[in-house]
Amino acid sequence: MTPRIAKALINGLLIGGTVVALFPIVWMLSVSLMQPGEASALPPPLLPAHATLHNYQELFLRAGMGHYLLNSLLVSTAITMLSLALNVMAGYAFAKLRFAGRDALFKSVVGMLAIPAQVAMLPLFLMLKPLGLVNNYGGVIVPAMASAFGIFLVRQYARGIPDELLEAARMDGAGELHIFVRIVLPLLKPIMVTLAIYTFLTAWNDFMWPLIVLTGQNHYTLPLGLASLAREHATDTELMMAGSVITVLPVLLLFLAMQRYYLEGLLLGSVKG
Amino acid sequence: MNRQHAAWLFLAPAVIVLGVFFLLPVIGAFALSLTDYDLYALADLHNLRFVALSNYWALLHRPLFWAALGHTVYFVVAGVPLSMLVSLCAALLLHSPLARCKAFFRTALFAPVVTTVVAVAVVWRYVFNTKYGLLNYVLGGIGIHPVDWLGDPHWAMPAIILFAVWKNFGYNMIILLAGLQAIPSELYEAARIDGASTWRQCRHITLPMLAPTLLMVGILTVSGYFQLFAEPYVITEGGPLQSTVSVLYLMYNEGFKWWNLGSASAIAFLLFVIMFAVTELMLRAGRKEVQA
Repeated sequence: MTPRIAKALINGLLIGGTVVALFPIVWMLSVSLMQPGEASALPPPLLPAHATLHNYQELFLRAGMGHYLLNSLLVSTAITMLSLALNVMAGYAFAKLRFAGRDALFKSVVGMLAIPAQVAMLPLFLMLKPLGLVNNYGGVIVPAMASAFGIFLVRQYARGIPDELLEAARMDGAGELHIFVRIVLPLLKPIMVTLAIYTFLTAWNDFMWPLIVLTGQNHYTLPLGLASLAREHATDTELMMAGSVITVLPVLLLFLAMQRYYLEGLLLGSVKG
Repeated sequence: MNRQHAAWLFLAPAVIVLGVFFLLPVIGAFALSLTDYDLYALADLHNLRFVALSNYWALLHRPLFWAALGHTVYFVVAGVPLSMLVSLCAALLLHSPLARCKAFFRTALFAPVVTTVVAVAVVWRYVFNTKYGLLNYVLGGIGIHPVDWLGDPHWAMPAIILFAVWKNFGYNMIILLAGLQAIPSELYEAARIDGASTWRQCRHITLPMLAPTLLMVGILTVSGYFQLFAEPYVITEGGPLQSTVSVLYLMYNEGFKWWNLGSASAIAFLLFVIMFAVTELMLRAGRKEVQA
């Protein structure tokens, strides 16, 4: 095989793969701008004849999509901020502070990574009920305030902080809290950005636990709202596509803007070995 | 404040959250699975009885549980190798020195991973539509008769597998690409001097050097695929004829639709045990392979 043919083949395959990967996303955007009923035709139309925002209007005015969007923003932001604070503190302590029982405790945190979250869901539901956290934003936020994965990620990164730096500050009489805020946090900034994006995307896309704990439409996040719409309006293709766009677009844009950090976190997190 | 105290202060919030809202419920799940917790117990705890292992015993005699387990295993056994193969091919293409615009292709191929399962599942439901769906339209172009993807019990699970591969392959692609980039280029240079073909280089350098990464990716993918839930919930609602009811789908219905929380906990625990056993076996087999 000559290099020219090989080059054409490799790039051709990459283009083909890209078309398959992006087509459903681009098509979703296109159909969301079509008139009701327009997409159900043969051959399936690729572009709207007359682009319209009718479906979006319908979703925001009648289907309460704006409310779901706010719920999603609220829940995902709260989870991101709170879990970032808790995971960073714990990850740093595991990496850099010596205390009795550290290794055993860290091992049990890593062990939790192997347990699927769904095992905990039924008893968790029963626990949260008397606390008044069922059908409440708190029911989604509180259990997500710390994650074994986040602690693990921060700990791996924080191990790179030189001990001499911390010792020197202690010699100068700096307290542990002061050292954490003034010296450690600035050094952990890159991993904090990574973890924040990762957590936000996971919280935004989460489905099963919110479906269980948010029992009323009032507290639905976008995926729940969309899934319930999909069961009622299965035949309104264009309307459902607009709903999918509203759900996917925020996270897709966030990823595109911050992809370097996101992919770095993915690689760091996969080196569990 | 000495260092011991500081350490515990830093750790306490996260450890308490994980302990109370994760570890405790996991232990509770086992306890719950030994009871007959149902709607009556939910109303009044006095109705709760200890039933030892009878939830497990009942499950093992229930055809729907075996069907759900069968569907899940089908999804794992067909979906994971297909998913890994696509990821590996994409990573190899991206790694090739002949590929152009690598950053663009990498981002584009990864994009499905960050999308919301529910939203893109809704999109794919229309792609799979028998009459107006694009998939049948494209297949019609090469002379294949329309397939009733979501209405035929034989085709519903393959449709879900196709969707899952599309959604997930980018994740492993990134990890495998990093693995490929970590292989020292001297190995390839030496092989080229010895006159080894591209195919032989791939077989004798790339694959063996990539084996540990492949094993890790395989284990993570298997445990992820065992947790099939949102896809059938949105695309097929478990149908047609319950052909896409997965173990977690059954657990959800059992627990939160019919409120048999004891029996649902037993389902969750059995899934956990199966996942644990499978990944442990893979790890052992993989280690043996590496040593040999």
